[in-house]
Amino acid sequence: MNAASDPGPALLEVRGLSKSFGTLRALQEVDFTLRAGQIHALLGENGAGKSTLIKAVTGVFPRDAGIVRLSGSEVALGSAKAAVDAGIATVYQEVNLLLNLSVAQNLYLGRQPTRFGLVREAEMRRNATALLAEFDLHIDVAEPLGTYSIAVQHITAIARAVDQSARVLILDEPTASLDRHEVEILFAVMRKLATRGIGVVFVTHFLDQVYEICDRITVLRNGRLIGERKTAELPRIELIRMMLGRELAETTSERAAAQVRTAGELCARFEGYGKAGYVAPFDLALRRGEVVGLAGLLGSGRTETARLVFGDERADSGSAAVDGKPVRLQSPRDAIAHGFGYCPEERKTEGIIADLTVRENIVLALQAKRGLAKPLSRSEQDEIAMRFIRLLDIRPPEPERPIGLLSGGNQQKVVLARWLATAPRVLVLDEPTRGIDVGAHAEIIRLIRELCDDGLALLVISCELDEIVTYSDRVIVLRDRAHVDELEGEAIDISNILAAIAASSTIGAEVGQA
Amino acid sequence: MRRLPPVAITAIVFVVGFALCTAQFPNFASTRVAANLLTDNAFLGIVATGMTFVIISGGIDLSVGSVIGFTTVFVALAIERLGVPPLVAFAAILLLCAAFGAAMGAIIHVFDMPPFIVTLAGMFLARGASFLMSTESTPISAPLYSTVSDFALRLPGGGRLTAIALIMLAVVAAGAVLLHFTRFGANVYALGGSRATTALMGIPVGSMTVRIYMLSSVLAGLAGIVFSFYTAAGYSLSAVGVELDSIAAVVIGGTLLTGGQGTVVGTLLGVLIQGLIQTYINFDGTLSSWWTKIVTGILLFAFIALQQAMLDIARRAGPRKTGVLKS
Repeated sequence: MNAASDPGPALLEVRGLSKSFGTLRALQEVDFTLRAGQIHALLGENGAGKSTLIKAVTGVFPRDAGIVRLSGSEVALGSAKAAVDAGIATVYQEVNLLLNLSVAQNLYLGRQPTRFGLVREAEMRRNATALLAEFDLHIDVAEPLGTYSIAVQHITAIARAVDQSARVLILDEPTASLDRHEVEILFAVMRKLATRGIGVVFVTHFLDQVYEICDRITVLRNGRLIGERKTAELPRIELIRMMLGRELAETTSERAAAQVRTAGELCARFEGYGKAGYVAPFDLALRRGEVVGLAGLLGSGRTETARLVFGDERADSGSAAVDGKPVRLQSPRDAIAHGFGYCPEERKTEGIIADLTVRENIVLALQAKRGLAKPLSRSEQDEIAMRFIRLLDIRPPEPERPIGLLSGGNQQKVVLARWLATAPRVLVLDEPTRGIDVGAHAEIIRLIRELCDDGLALLVISCELDEIVTYSDRVIVLRDRAHVDELEGEAIDISNILAAIAASSTIGAEVGQA
Repeated sequence: MRRLPPVAITAIVFVVGFALCTAQFPNFASTRVAANLLTDNAFLGIVATGMTFVIISGGIDLSVGSVIGFTTVFVALAIERLGVPPLVAFAAILLLCAAFGAAMGAIIHVFDMPPFIVTLAGMFLARGASFLMSTESTPISAPLYSTVSDFALRLPGGGRLTAIALIMLAVVAAGAVLLHFTRFGANVYALGGSRATTALMGIPVGSMTVRIYMLSSVLAGLAGIVFSFYTAAGYSLSAVGVELDSIAAVVIGGTLLTGGQGTVVGTLLGVLIQGLIQTYINFDGTLSSWWTKIVTGILLFAFIALQQAMLDIARRAGPRKTGVLKS
């Protein structure tokens, strides 16, 4: 890291940048300053506007207002290529290189050394080897890029950008799919670039990594600039408050005193359950009649935990047991057979099948559980559909209406009904209230409580901490792809959750209880 | 040990096939048979070379068979009815083919249309146009034609390496150099890997698309000229279905139908394997010539299954190597 006390000259200056998509104001009057030789974190939760800012600066989107200055002179970048030509390179999480070409071709595509029109393969390979050696990467550059790990692919992308005289390097969640060792390799590269005077913008969800490598931090929230700080002068808890937008003083527990329920019998237990590079091994017990909330920042491993529990991703360590008997959850089919249900976060793409009717959407999981050999008769389907339409008050109460025409809240109820129809033991709800209007919001929360009273075990993920606090009997706090703390009963309040998220990994989980 | 590349498997299939034929018919292993194999499949080798570029770039060109048919009719009519010197007629048709291919490439790029549909339209257009010019077979009797068909390199053992076989070998060699040793070739592979990414890396995707289809149509035109040498006639029904034969040759040659991987040499081997089956049937004398299609079909299926299996294995193996980190 650089001596942050002496900020270098401003390399990239963004002033008053605004961008709207229709009525949605994605960015409002955002300022951003990147100095030469610094690594600058750009942070924010979902919808904060990080991606929009990057895309507006690099010319992928036209901007509505604002200016971008590079080394003091104003630039108008009309396309991603123009940005690269001007010296701003972006490396995305999904590597934008060609996995079928050799590493050397990827580094020099479009600018290979040639003689009489023929590519000088040997010279290109020598150059490529030398270029990667600058980043301490020693690989066979004649091999296809796709045979190497994501970390090597990222470094190749960075090397290409830097070799094309990039002065500003934007890394959009480059570490999301890297293991610890690979992150170290990437960080070494970033530090090396910073000492060369290149400005690096680092977008990530891993706060430990921010504190490890970044000189400065800029936080966005809901499309607005919340602040820019030196990393050394910004305590974690303060950073998280900036990201989530709350003051500890103003958070009050909304839990009803009478909420404490007697936890029922254990119905599913996971021990040392995890998958390398996905979620660190965790222990999780789900009891009948209990709501377990998963809290954490975006990318902390909440959805990943849910997918492991539901068998959508295969665990590579630990064991699972349902009603005391060990089970293997290799696929959602297995999970459904053992009485699990999962309402995913992306309702539109993963939850509903928009062209099918409400009835067809409701019977989907039950039919899958029975197998195709035992079709539900039409009258059974009608009966089930009408029962849940009445039970969950789905509007309009028309089973034959395509679900795509329903409001978000009613779509969510249909997805819930789909799983309830299978009479599950365990229901996993990932962001059940996202994209739902206020009235329906309260209703979904009421439903969660009722389901729980009926003896279901619920695992609920939400980025709304108020919500988690309202309905959870236990809250598991996640950070950087690991379960770091568990709060129960009285201890469940927003400030404790925030503190647990903020605790640095070196201090450990006890801090959260303080 | 490194994984056997698909083209090596194609080579093994060819060698084994040739050996089996030789075991049954001792006369098979002769320069005569080998030279005839090249001559009889010269036009297919040329058009399949162009198809290799198209398929590696992630596209398909269904128009080539019709372009061959159109070319033979155009050349025959120009020489015989209009008295145009053959070389002028050749230059004119190649220019026309270039424009035709460029137009298809431009439509594919500008309107973001599937190549399948655009070249299907091109196929009907070219076939229809050749019927419009003439529905009869027009013999060509220009002196150049007899000169060319008389020309041959004599090989030891009685084989005759004809002019059209030499043209085909030259096209394959030039195609291999263009694909494997130039920026243009690297860009073709890049397009087959991902169009969007290639564009982001600053490669002019539009002009590449135009040039690739132009290349395919020009080579189809050249194949048409070679076909007219081969048959000494122009006929609007010639080369029906050749687009499918050439796609089969490309795929049997180890090129990924989804693009991004493949070789020109593999395509030549794919052409020769199809020719080998035909030759075997001729030697046998009792088999129906349709067996060529049946065996080609089986081989095609086997190669596509093989490629899919290799892709699956590669995917399951997952990533993979991390670089060696010093210091």
